[in-house]
Amino acid sequence: MTNLKPVDVAIIGGGWTGLLVAKEITAKTSQSVVVFERGIPRKTADYAVTMDELDYNIRLRMMQNTAEETITHRHSLKDSAVPVRQHGSFHPGTGVGGAGEHWGGASFRFLPDVFTLRSHLTQKHGAAKLPEDLAVQDWGVTYDELEPLYWKSEQLMGISGKAGNLRGQKIDGGNVFEGPRQQEYPTPPLKRSYASSMFETAVRKMGYHPYPTPAANLSETYKNPDGITRPGCAYCGHCQRYGCMIGAKAQPTNTLMPVLAKRKNFQLRTGSWVRRIVHKDGRATGIQFTDASGEEFFQPATTVVLASFTLNNTRLLALSKIGTPYDPVARKGTLGRNLTHQVQVNTRVFFDKPLNAFMGAGELSSRISDFDGDLGLTGAEDGLLRVGMIAVSSNGDGPIGSFGTMPQGASKSNWGSEWKKAALEWKDHSAAIGMAGEHLSYRQNYMDLDPTYTDKFGDPLLRFTLNWTDHEFKQREFAAQIQAKIAREMGARFDEAPPSRARYNVINYQSTHIQGGAMMGTSPETSVVNRYLQHWNMPNLFVIGASAFPHNAAPNPTLTVLALTYWATEAMMDRYFKHPEKLI
Amino acid sequence: MKRREFLTVPAAAIGGTLLYTLAGEPVRLQAQNGTVKLPLRFFTAEEARVVTAACARIFPSDASGPGATEAGVVIFIDRQLAGPYGRDKYRYTKGPFVESYPEHGYQGKESPREIYRAGLKTLGDFAGLSPADQDAKLQSIEKSRFLQLLRTHTIEGMFSDPMHGGNAGLIGWQLVGYPGPQMTYRNEIDKHFGQPWRPKPASLEQIMGRPGKPWEDEKD
Repeated sequence: MTNLKPVDVAIIGGGWTGLLVAKEITAKTSQSVVVFERGIPRKTADYAVTMDELDYNIRLRMMQNTAEETITHRHSLKDSAVPVRQHGSFHPGTGVGGAGEHWGGASFRFLPDVFTLRSHLTQKHGAAKLPEDLAVQDWGVTYDELEPLYWKSEQLMGISGKAGNLRGQKIDGGNVFEGPRQQEYPTPPLKRSYASSMFETAVRKMGYHPYPTPAANLSETYKNPDGITRPGCAYCGHCQRYGCMIGAKAQPTNTLMPVLAKRKNFQLRTGSWVRRIVHKDGRATGIQFTDASGEEFFQPATTVVLASFTLNNTRLLALSKIGTPYDPVARKGTLGRNLTHQVQVNTRVFFDKPLNAFMGAGELSSRISDFDGDLGLTGAEDGLLRVGMIAVSSNGDGPIGSFGTMPQGASKSNWGSEWKKAALEWKDHSAAIGMAGEHLSYRQNYMDLDPTYTDKFGDPLLRFTLNWTDHEFKQREFAAQIQAKIAREMGARFDEAPPSRARYNVINYQSTHIQGGAMMGTSPETSVVNRYLQHWNMPNLFVIGASAFPHNAAPNPTLTVLALTYWATEAMMDRYFKHPEKLI
Repeated sequence: MKRREFLTVPAAAIGGTLLYTLAGEPVRLQAQNGTVKLPLRFFTAEEARVVTAACARIFPSDASGPGATEAGVVIFIDRQLAGPYGRDKYRYTKGPFVESYPEHGYQGKESPREIYRAGLKTLGDFAGLSPADQDAKLQSIEKSRFLQLLRTHTIEGMFSDPMHGGNAGLIGWQLVGYPGPQMTYRNEIDKHFGQPWRPKPASLEQIMGRPGKPWEDEKD
């Protein structure tokens, strides 16, 4: 093992969070910062000839190599876990920019009550009415505290959208259910596709409040406060699972790297796989990593920032033996608890007219939040606490992925002449009315190290113990009924069937929103990091990312992750560096 | 070293297609009388004949339009199996291998290459059967992983960019009215509502003016 020259701050992970921490610290302090990224270097020019559905959308060329490391999954404590042998229900990224390169761009703020959900639900229903296994907690930070940082994140990326609640004033056409915003969005909404405009017309007629999803896909040329200029979206339909070839979608490579490249106190080490956070007497002393050639290094550091994806944040803490692993039986320990994903249900709808659905953008969608949180619940719904948002998206249908989409019963077989004829008849006539629902956390859904399966170095894989509960089934059934009403209003043909009550599956893509494991909170007894994302047991270690979420709200997590990154970094710069001890 | 195998096809079916030789050199095939010999990367000539016949039943050339044979789907599959996907370079293949719930997906040890090799054996002299007997044979193995892969790969070979070896002459994209990976729809996205808008298809290379780098050509 080679010992390297000490640095002030070692950051693990070169995605949105790690690079944003680096950008802030190198701008406002003289601290030397090194970011360790295990994947390859990336830049906008790399995406010039990559609009290829097969390699990127289907073979998932930008994602982590599961041959080197994956997770294992089991549904309950009684089962044995098996490896997720190829990507399915979520898509962890790799390389500079991480999942921030291949994301779709949805950039919401969470509802204010999300951050105080335990208090909110207890007040609304009484503690006795909540499920016994419910593990939601207050986050330790509030919407009002994050509001200015949400705005900073929106400016950083130039989010396109329309305000629905400007300083308390409700504005038709925006999301009137959002928390109060101090500023209008940096850029106007994206143009509407045929499918999204049909949805808007229908739901408006039904009395709901449609709005264009706020998106990191720019609607027009925009210059951010760092002086980075990016062009408007071309609606090319190659967005989610691809990198943007023109830089219209905010990605760390087009938003953060150009700024960081000019900083003298910044260094990026790619191909550097961090294996352990090294610590002694309650303080991190540095990190141990293996480079692409297999050589091992020790990088001494005064402060360590763990800013990789949820999975690796949790796993690296466990491998480094930092904190107490969660025990779901004794309900003791904190590391790995409150694992959440996303609750979804789609109603597939068919139209008489073609949609030209090959056009689109990662987050060109129209949406209603009338049922987000508990906004649409009357109190009569048995055991249903939270629902989610309903939307129609035009992401750009590829010819491979969309071929064969047809109403049930249109063909007996799924191959041969009859099937081909039906598939050609129904091509480009279909969309999905989707629901992205809030996923509550439960005592039994958690992460730990797998006792059997290992990564390419022989280190244990991360194990998920995760299954749906009755609440998620109720969320889906409730949303599917609303979707059916909307489908009818849109004049669409659809298959009316209650949503499946099947176990969690690792095959079908749901979203890349995996949360928890190193959750934030108000007490070291029930959380891993404090409200500034500083580790309760190790003051010179900050753990940043959606790993800090005590549960998952309905909207996509990236904007909240960025706001929390600013929140933690400001605490580091304003207070921690001056007095490097516990902030609380 | 393995004897080099070729697939012999009528040139008219794939004229104008850009193909890559085993050495990775691009060759533009010209439609002319006679036949063309295409170098195979994975299949034997006999296997390629069986795959061609099976794909033709999955995605037939019939009254509703051209199918897998005209698109050169067998070339696509041959290259996928020869490349990193075919040998599971990016799949987690450490043991123990255990059966689990269907929600855990394919847990087997065999790579796509191995599944094809074994699956093709069970098809025997498939190319010599009548279309009705071929359909019956495929139906009898409908639930097998081999047939599921073959069906998926046939669709992929019909509609993926021609740099992958299928969709010859953009025949698949013409069939479904897909214009290819166009650079921009900025002036089109909010127009043509309810009307089919079908610009002339172009491949990634035609649009970008330089070839893409298909994953199957990745060096080890």
